[in-house]
Amino acid sequence: MAETLAKQLALVIDLNVCVGCHACVTSCKEWNTSGSAGPLVDENAYGADPTGTFFNRVQTWETGTYPDTQTVHFPKSCLHCEDPPCVPVCPTGASYKRKEDGIVLVDYDKCIGCKYCAWACPYGARELDESRQVMTKCTLCVDRIYDPKLAPEDRKPACVKACPTNARLFGDIKDPDSEVSQAIRERGGYALMPEWETKPANHYLPRAITEVIAAAAKD
Amino acid sequence: MHPAFSVIVFTTLSGIAQGTLVALSVALLLGDRLSWIFIAGTLLVCLALLLVALGASFLHLGRPARAWRAIAMWRTSWLSREVIVLPLFIAVVALWLVLHVRDLAPGLRGALPLAVIVLAVVLWWCTAMIYACLKFIQEWATPLTFANYLLIGLASGMSLYAALALLAGLGPQAFGAAGLAVILTVVALAVRVASLVRNARLKLKSTPQSATGLRNPVVVQRSMGMSAGAFNTREFFHGRTLAFLKRMKLIFVLFGFVLPASLMVVAMLSGQGLWLLLAVPVQYLGLLAERWFFFAQARHPQNLYYQTVS
Repeated sequence: MAETLAKQLALVIDLNVCVGCHACVTSCKEWNTSGSAGPLVDENAYGADPTGTFFNRVQTWETGTYPDTQTVHFPKSCLHCEDPPCVPVCPTGASYKRKEDGIVLVDYDKCIGCKYCAWACPYGARELDESRQVMTKCTLCVDRIYDPKLAPEDRKPACVKACPTNARLFGDIKDPDSEVSQAIRERGGYALMPEWETKPANHYLPRAITEVIAAAAKD
Repeated sequence: MHPAFSVIVFTTLSGIAQGTLVALSVALLLGDRLSWIFIAGTLLVCLALLLVALGASFLHLGRPARAWRAIAMWRTSWLSREVIVLPLFIAVVALWLVLHVRDLAPGLRGALPLAVIVLAVVLWWCTAMIYACLKFIQEWATPLTFANYLLIGLASGMSLYAALALLAGLGPQAFGAAGLAVILTVVALAVRVASLVRNARLKLKSTPQSATGLRNPVVVQRSMGMSAGAFNTREFFHGRTLAFLKRMKLIFVLFGFVLPASLMVVAMLSGQGLWLLLAVPVQYLGLLAERWFFFAQARHPQNLYYQTVS
């Protein structure tokens, strides 16, 4: 069993307001390809069959049957599990979880590119860098959130800063007074694939019927 | 999952070598009188197979020059344990070969067969647990995974042992081993069929609902968020049709088990060793198909997130 850490940084994603604009995807790519994790390689970018590395994707899902449907834009990145199955399987120790803040990272200098950690992640959160042949993943912008050269309001992951609708909250889920803890507590924040007991740190806020919509539906 | 050719070659070749060495060790422990040249030849062939297998395993790595680092996490990682046991196993076989050829340390040589049996089984255990420990790949998360790796290795190894005995002019031993190889192949097939039946009945625990947390009975992906390819769309999909998978299943059942067992029975009934020699390559081809199928059949839950390109 994983030990319980005093601090666990995480993202909380509000499915009420995500509009699926992919600004978090591009800002993540931009920051990380020029940051300590990068470059996030793109191969054959202008060819017929391009492929690239991304730490964050925005997917689109639909629920219900016409005409009773909802379109849900669904951002997906590493969930920084509290019990991450990708860490113990790594044969070299390149995949690790930081004790000080719970961020799951890869030491690119130790990674042998065996891909076993990606197999051991039920969420498909890890992507192999095809050019460097090492495993890469969301770092929660670890090279940004502690940077004293940045203004305090900028010490957040690039995706959080880029979101135009504030659908991405960032903070310590072990601090009961943090914005993320309050959001999870008060708005029914949930984890993905709870059946595998990975205890994802990232949470999602479900769609809620607001008073305005409920009133409009009544009319 | 996408079957990696390097891992298919590694696990099948290593399995045959392990099985052959277990057959040799058991024969020696039971006091079977084997010729010097047969023991030397069998050890040499197995050593060569293991070295090719080791080479194939390196091809799976993105950064093979760093492979030595993989011994670090043996406390938690089955892959790390395998990386330790495989070279140890190869070293013990090489030591055995040298001591046998140079006729040195007869006391130690007596203990080596036992060490080889133990290490071979431990290696099968490590290899199988690499897959069986991933609880959310439900096709693999079963004791049948170890049983299959063990029995398929023993069966194919016993077939090779019989063929090598024949080539070394040990007729009675060869046909005796062929009989055991037939029995092991039939048992291995029975257990493999049991795992096929189990996997056909599996109810997957992850669903689009659990993957997204959306509570509607109808949850459909409209876009995976990209139109281009990615590691996630290559590594976890076999990219073949279900009909192709079905054909592969038939091929591995026939070539891996039914045909080689039949060939060995024909050899025993007719006394014609040629059929025995033919059974080995036929079975190996079939087991390549079996290992391909083992990987392709595994459905990774991450595939729920990569269903719709747009």
